[in-house]
Amino acid sequence: MEQQYIDLYKEQQANVKMHSASPLNDLRDGSFALFERIGFPTIKLENYKYSDLKEPLSADYGLNINRIPIPVNPYEVFKCDVPGIKSFLYFVVNDGFYPVSDPRNNALPEGVIVGSLKEVGKSHPDLIARYLGKLSAKKEDGLVAFNGAFAQDGFFMYVPKNVVLDRPVQLVNIMRSDVDFMANSHNLVILEEGAKAQLLVCDHTVDDVKFLCNRVTEVFVGENATYEHYKLENTNTKTTNLSTLLMQQLASSTVLANVITLHNGITRNTIEIALDGQHCETTLCGMVIGDKNQKVDNFTSILHNQPNCNSKELFKYVLDDMSVGGFTGKLFVAKDAQKTAAFQTNRNILLSKMARMNTKPQLEIYADDVKCSHGATVGQLDEIAKFYLQSRGISEKEARLLLMFAFTNDVIENIRIEALQDRIKLLVEKRLRGELSKCEGCVICQ
Amino acid sequence: MLEIKKLHASINGKEILKGLSLSVKPGEVHAIMGPNGAGKSTLASVLSGNQNYEVTNGEVSFYGKDLLSLPPEDRSREGVFLSFQYPVEIPGVSMTNFMRTAVNEHRKYKNLDPISASDFLKMMREKKELVELDNKLANRSVNEGFSGGEKKRNEIFQMAMLDPRLSILDETDSGLDIDALRIVASGVNKLRRSDNATIVITHYQRLLDYIVPDFIHVLYNGRIVKTGGKELALELEEKGYDWIKKEIDG
Ligand SMILES: Nc1ncnc2c1ncn2[C@@H]1O[C@H](COP(=O)(O)OP(=O)(O)OP(=O)(O)O)[C@@H](O)[C@H]1O
Ligand SMILES: [Mg+2]
Repeated sequence: MEQQYIDLYKEQQANVKMHSASPLNDLRDGSFALFERIGFPTIKLENYKYSDLKEPLSADYGLNINRIPIPVNPYEVFKCDVPGIKSFLYFVVNDGFYPVSDPRNNALPEGVIVGSLKEVGKSHPDLIARYLGKLSAKKEDGLVAFNGAFAQDGFFMYVPKNVVLDRPVQLVNIMRSDVDFMANSHNLVILEEGAKAQLLVCDHTVDDVKFLCNRVTEVFVGENATYEHYKLENTNTKTTNLSTLLMQQLASSTVLANVITLHNGITRNTIEIALDGQHCETTLCGMVIGDKNQKVDNFTSILHNQPNCNSKELFKYVLDDMSVGGFTGKLFVAKDAQKTAAFQTNRNILLSKMARMNTKPQLEIYADDVKCSHGATVGQLDEIAKFYLQSRGISEKEARLLLMFAFTNDVIENIRIEALQDRIKLLVEKRLRGELSKCEGCVICQ
Repeated sequence: MLEIKKLHASINGKEILKGLSLSVKPGEVHAIMGPNGAGKSTLASVLSGNQNYEVTNGEVSFYGKDLLSLPPEDRSREGVFLSFQYPVEIPGVSMTNFMRTAVNEHRKYKNLDPISASDFLKMMREKKELVELDNKLANRSVNEGFSGGEKKRNEIFQMAMLDPRLSILDETDSGLDIDALRIVASGVNKLRRSDNATIVITHYQRLLDYIVPDFIHVLYNGRIVKTGGKELALELEEKGYDWIKKEIDG
């Protein structure tokens, strides 16, 4: 399985590098050597025991190493921006940053840089070199190493000191291809001290072929900075979405990350947030609605490396048919990280006998003066509540919907962009009703 | 309107109702009293369609319809309302959304269009006033964090919203302070009409001072063993149930 990619790399590395954002080349050979050594992750690894990637990784995908432009104009086909949301809108088509910028993006505040790694690599090489790979390069993770070997471009965002973005930045990943296709991209987000920004990442597929996306995102949140990261996944059942989000928080920074999987094939999210300064606030949420044969595994780690930080984690799954969910909540509290407060909750509803949920808290606490709690439940809908609703004239179907919707409510409340929250409520409701939750008037999402 | 004939019902294989019969006509108020565990809540549950109870024999007709063959939601839409002895907390479902859904489902059953937003708000306001339900409560999740008395008040609020033909109030008075009791009872009285009826399940004569019954039934060991006028409540208050138990058990 790995061999074909090892051969490919050896044969094509000159082309890979020639067409790549140059800062990514500095890490490339090291990543490749690591990949050659450890290969793709398998379920034998503790961290991947709920993610069986053998099948999607063995499929034969095309790669676009020579960066041949993809004939699609996202502005024409993409009509699904959240109504009412005023965002700075950017597209990545497959693994390339779409070069034509929306004129509204000219309103970005002075000093903010948003663009492709390739372009910004030319204009601000030092800035990128200071951050790129600092969180990813040493990860003993086959997917990250593979990404390091093959990723050629990605999304870049920089918010300078004390600059506040008054609307969210929206990054839409669109997969478009006539043949089974693999995309690797590396994104980099930097918030300097006191900066404030929200990033909304949407994953969509246009074509009905097998896609494999392997994306690595590094986020650096400076002192006193505030960052919100939303990820909305709404793709087709043939898509395998492998995403690694690595974040670092410095002192007194605040982060909210909310990852929502509404529709997909196979999803693996690895999320790691390192609290590397005191007085950080972290909220990590997620929600999964799965049916058919969908598989979603969220592997999360919150690393309390410094004292006096608070973290809160909340993941909820609604699984129907034969869908399978996985959740790991790793909580690490370093020896000196006293006065840590960390709370973790994972609640799951199984709507069918065949649906399965694997959930695992993984606590490694080396400090003694801490407040930590975790709880996980797997259950069915509350029959007594359902009867109460029915006894007021509400049909069983509608009662189930109300209860499922209520179940996801506290995750949705952790969306602090009002228009997005409204939109997601609508999409979730449609999804729970069994309607495809594609955005209205949108020809792009399947 | 309601004819219960020789109703037998069991839960987990244990027979609780053992041939209960009762007839209720429009405009009437019936009180059901009886010792703990007699089967009063069981009767209410069976009438409202709780699937945990199995009806093994007997029949129930409501305006000529076979009530027992209807799912719980259709019983409600036909006009049967149960004020629960233990109202259920449903976090994440707002009272407003709950009531709007319920009202619209009732309307759909009658082939009516969904209620307009302004009519709905007006209706909510009026009915809240009827039971003096705090605005704050109406903005919260269904019963979540409500006190015992607030939950009971909320039941009567829901009753007012759905305008049932038959209301079954299962110990709606328990947990109410004296003022709340008066408010709830006066709410119930305001909703009384010649074309609807009420079954009040209670342990206390006090409630019946406010909601004056036409009949009082004593339910014991799964059957109605005694029926009388409102003076029966005073007698029970004074003497307890032992004399009735003796009469029945021999
Ligand atoms: N799940 C159950 N399994 C077995 N027995 C049950 C179950 N639920 C109720 N019962 C029994 O059924 C009997 C009748 O209960 P019910 O709640 O109808 O009584 P009640 O007359 O309403 O009493 P109270 O005045 O205390 O409210 C009781 O003996 C109770 O223990
Ligand atoms: Mg009872």
